[in-house]
Amino acid sequence: MRLAILGAGDVGRSVADLADEYGHEVVALADSTNAVIDDDGIDVEGALQRKRSDEPVGVDDPDDVFEGEYEVLVEATPTTLGDAEPGFSHVERALEDDRHVVLANKGPVAERYEELRALEADSAGSVRFEATVGGAIPALSTVEDCMPENVTAVRGVLNGTANFILTRMAAEGLDYEHVLAEAQDLGVAEADPTFDVDGTDAALKFVILANVLSEGGFALEDADVEGIQNIPGSALNLAAEDGRTIRLIGEATREGVRVGPRLVPENGPLAVTGTRNIVQIETRNAGSLHASGRGAGGPETATAVLSDVNRLAGR
Amino acid sequence: MGDTPTPPGDLGTETDGGVRTYTVRLELVDEPGELLDALAPIAENGGNLMSIHHERGNITPRGHIPVEVDLGCPPDRFDDIVAGLRETGVNVIQAGAERYGEEISVVLVGHLIETDLSDTLLAIENETSAAVLDLSLSAPQGTGDISSARIRLAIDSGRSEAVFETIRSVSDEKDLTVVEPLLGGDA
Repeated sequence: MRLAILGAGDVGRSVADLADEYGHEVVALADSTNAVIDDDGIDVEGALQRKRSDEPVGVDDPDDVFEGEYEVLVEATPTTLGDAEPGFSHVERALEDDRHVVLANKGPVAERYEELRALEADSAGSVRFEATVGGAIPALSTVEDCMPENVTAVRGVLNGTANFILTRMAAEGLDYEHVLAEAQDLGVAEADPTFDVDGTDAALKFVILANVLSEGGFALEDADVEGIQNIPGSALNLAAEDGRTIRLIGEATREGVRVGPRLVPENGPLAVTGTRNIVQIETRNAGSLHASGRGAGGPETATAVLSDVNRLAGR
Repeated sequence: MGDTPTPPGDLGTETDGGVRTYTVRLELVDEPGELLDALAPIAENGGNLMSIHHERGNITPRGHIPVEVDLGCPPDRFDDIVAGLRETGVNVIQAGAERYGEEISVVLVGHLIETDLSDTLLAIENETSAAVLDLSLSAPQGTGDISSARIRLAIDSGRSEAVFETIRSVSDEKDLTVVEPLLGGDA
């Protein structure tokens, strides 16, 4: 398939880098100010090299990407809340031109799901968004394969930063502030970690799952969200006395979305450690299914984008 | 009744010789040998095992496996059997007709001492059907700072949501953070 990639952050760059390996061709790559477009395939290595040296990725106008001969738009611009712009407009434009869209950007699927599905219904193109939930973990495709009506709930750990902090607090008996500083030194937590530690990032993913289970109806404001900032090391020690630990757990059902610190068995499947993520898919007829893996990272998330592209190509 | 065996669901029916049938519900940790260890006190106290229903597919709120055991014994031996089970560390949820419910732990975080911890516990006990079984408090920065408490509660089966509602509202008033257990699924 011929891919046009919007967004040249970790995910966009990794998709460009790995596309050839997965049998696809990149015909456009754009960041917010510049683009490189060539219907015969762009020079990916050259564009990535320019990006690495802080040069413009190309000399074309990002808006011209939509005029090119692409088959799949890969939307990998940063997630925005509220109206989910400009991501939503990018998707709208591609669908109106009857092209496929693969989203790595959580905004449009979490905040404007029904509008997205309505646009898709009027288009010859399809929308896929595996990469928005749990990076490399096949969460949404597993729900799709089980058929959403047979899934009663999805639970799990879908934020590596919060999980890393809680794991270190439990292992070392340290307090939140101390471990957060360490996570920032290691590059696990952002300079402003609010989005991760207050539960918003995990909530967006569980809102997307709830939308898939219910065919829409949920946005971030419908989720009951609590973060981990108030959890002291002593709470984790007390939990351990009872063979439990504390994890930032999300739950998506047809009734709602809830994210918050919860007690889980220390040796249970949901007590993943470090930056690892896990989803537990509770099904009507097949018990619980678990998938665990790397929930973030450029190449990891790019593999989810490229599996979506492969599904669109019918492979 | 004659020689007809007592159906397991018919709790406490007397049969010939003064032996009665009892159903005991237990919670077991999912580890090899746990079931065998749990059954030993029954035989040792003169009980006769009739059937064991090991609900492998189900998980209790504490993440353990519920096991239902039907046994026969003279009524005066039954209390010894239950006591024997408890001595070996087995959690007895229900013995005969008496229900002990489920055990659930929650962790509270905040100014627990200054907001009167005993009042918090009383409110939980008085406004719900829960009983506080034990409490573990950790206040590493002294009692004037943020502290944490783990509370183990006995709750009638199926009443956990109502109990959590109460704990949430009591905690809201006192600005405490509640870390609830994750129920449902095989957490």
